[in-house]
Amino acid sequence: MTHQTGIATRVVLYIVLIGAALLTAFPLLWMVSASFMPTGEANSIPPPLLPSEVTFEHYRQLFTQLNMGRYLFNSTLLATAVTLLSLLLNSMAGYAFAKFRFPGRDGLFKTLLAALVIPAQVAMLPLFLLLKSMGLVNTYGGVIVPTMASIFGIFLIRQYTLSVPDSLIEAARIDGASEFRIYWSVVLPLIMPILVTLAIFTFMGTWNDFMWPLIVLTDNDLYTLPVALAVFSREHVQDNELMMAGAVVTVLPVLLVFLALQRYYIQGIMMGSVKG
Amino acid sequence: MSTAVQHADASQVSVSFGTRMRRLWRASTTGPARAAYLFLAPALTVIGVFFFLPVLAALLLSFTDFDIYALGNPDNARFVGFGNYVRLFQTPVFWKALGNTFYFVLVGGPLSVAVSLGAALLVNTKLVRFKGLFRTVFFAPVVTTLVAVAVVWRYLYHTRYGFLNYALGWVGINPIDWLGDPTWAMPAIIMLAVWKNFGYNMIIFLAGLQNVPEELYEAAHIDGAGKWSQFRHVTLPMLAPTFLFVGIITMVGYFQLFAEPYVMTQGGPLQSTVSVVYLMYEEGFKWWNMGCRGLRAVRHHFHRHIDTVALAAQWSGRMTGGEGEGKRGRKGEREKKMRIENRKNLTNQQPETKNQKSFA
Repeated sequence: MTHQTGIATRVVLYIVLIGAALLTAFPLLWMVSASFMPTGEANSIPPPLLPSEVTFEHYRQLFTQLNMGRYLFNSTLLATAVTLLSLLLNSMAGYAFAKFRFPGRDGLFKTLLAALVIPAQVAMLPLFLLLKSMGLVNTYGGVIVPTMASIFGIFLIRQYTLSVPDSLIEAARIDGASEFRIYWSVVLPLIMPILVTLAIFTFMGTWNDFMWPLIVLTDNDLYTLPVALAVFSREHVQDNELMMAGAVVTVLPVLLVFLALQRYYIQGIMMGSVKG
Repeated sequence: MSTAVQHADASQVSVSFGTRMRRLWRASTTGPARAAYLFLAPALTVIGVFFFLPVLAALLLSFTDFDIYALGNPDNARFVGFGNYVRLFQTPVFWKALGNTFYFVLVGGPLSVAVSLGAALLVNTKLVRFKGLFRTVFFAPVVTTLVAVAVVWRYLYHTRYGFLNYALGWVGINPIDWLGDPTWAMPAIIMLAVWKNFGYNMIIFLAGLQNVPEELYEAAHIDGAGKWSQFRHVTLPMLAPTFLFVGIITMVGYFQLFAEPYVMTQGGPLQSTVSVVYLMYEEGFKWWNMGCRGLRAVRHHFHRHIDTVALAAQWSGRMTGGEGEGKRGRKGEREKKMRIENRKNLTNQQPETKNQKSFA
């Protein structure tokens, strides 16, 4: 009797779970499916689930006529540059906060933490004017420079670096290693997992960012994928299949990065949430 | 936050400023402290120059009549005290945007949290296998590009060919003009936001659930508590800190609503999806009506720190129904061209020829 209700519960549970999973995955699956449909097929009743015949024409059109290769390059370049630079800057600062005693440390750190709640939008207009006076508006630098360091990144690195044993650092210091050498050859290898986590966060954040690139990059040739896609979506409202192909090109790289490295990503969310 | 900074400064500067500075100078130019400052310098310089400075500037700009004319010669900007604030409060579209944003936050926020908790409870059940797989599927939307999925959902919402209306047709519901009807546009955006974001909070809830000691459930079971009352009296109280954290990050994130209306509705129909940040973008970056935008940035920030529920109650009474004559923007319009309707309400004295490109 109880055994039977156990099975019944389990069946209901699986039905609900699988239903929810299908519902969640549906928009993404349909996006991929529609991107292979011949032009106009997505606009029929009932809406088709699968393409009647698979065509790559939309992908071809994106890359030959709509300059998609350029946008893909821009996004990749910007996300990679921001990731590498912010890893360097944030890890140095996070290490300093975790392992050095110096006047003003705690006050400085608390100030940074308090500032975490300020939304970036508040600073956007003066930041734009500042970058304009520096000649960085409408350049890659306009995206890279302001995001080279982040409070969240410093915080994440600092929390992890606290667990590095002081004795290792002291031993290296006694052996006469320079401070930079200690950071580079002793500390960095030990905090590798959190560096991977931060790298994924930064890469995805930069890749997916929309508002700031929209503001600071006005030249067509500098657009990132999300900006270009938003522009297309206003120009090509009727071209369903083409837009779906554009969405696939935009989403796929980050989705793959996530699937390959999700362990680190989820660990990062947990770390951020534990200390809040 | 400016108060937070002042507060931190004040605590540092306490009694003996001079002595403290001398000691600080000596300590910071010798030994490991010097190394620490060198390690900190690059990151703190970037954050100071490109974040703290602009935040302070935004605050100051909001008290001037800074606009496109002052851009060439900053001396043209004059101090206008609270003039901008007064003007903003007299602007119907601001209240509209504020109301829309609160609608999004107060309906979308709790809904997201509820769906996240539901998903976490489902995935966490002991009876279920393949937990990792389900977790990954539920989490996938979080990592996708918002602009891209907004484009996808725009087609799912299509009145004639969209899947949503097709599915509703099975249960006998007539097609809804999701993005073209002022009543349904915001709910449509909320549904997209819930779908996109629930996986993130689900992960945090899962961590919280795993920290609930098993003994509590056993004790409750022995005391004769059923599943529901175990959930009510064990799970929910134990998750209280998680709720607080999840609630705060969700609210803070949701106040920044921008890309969804930008891609799906352009703020329409009838300004029903103009959010505060969207208005900031339109005003600040489209029309260079800058003094006004700096101010809105400040207001935006200010609101986030006050008890949101109390504020919503207070404002919903004051909300004036200031819709303009706005219709949905022409669809094929070029991206940088903007809807005129929004602007008319705000800046009727501004010349219309200025746009982003001519400026930058």
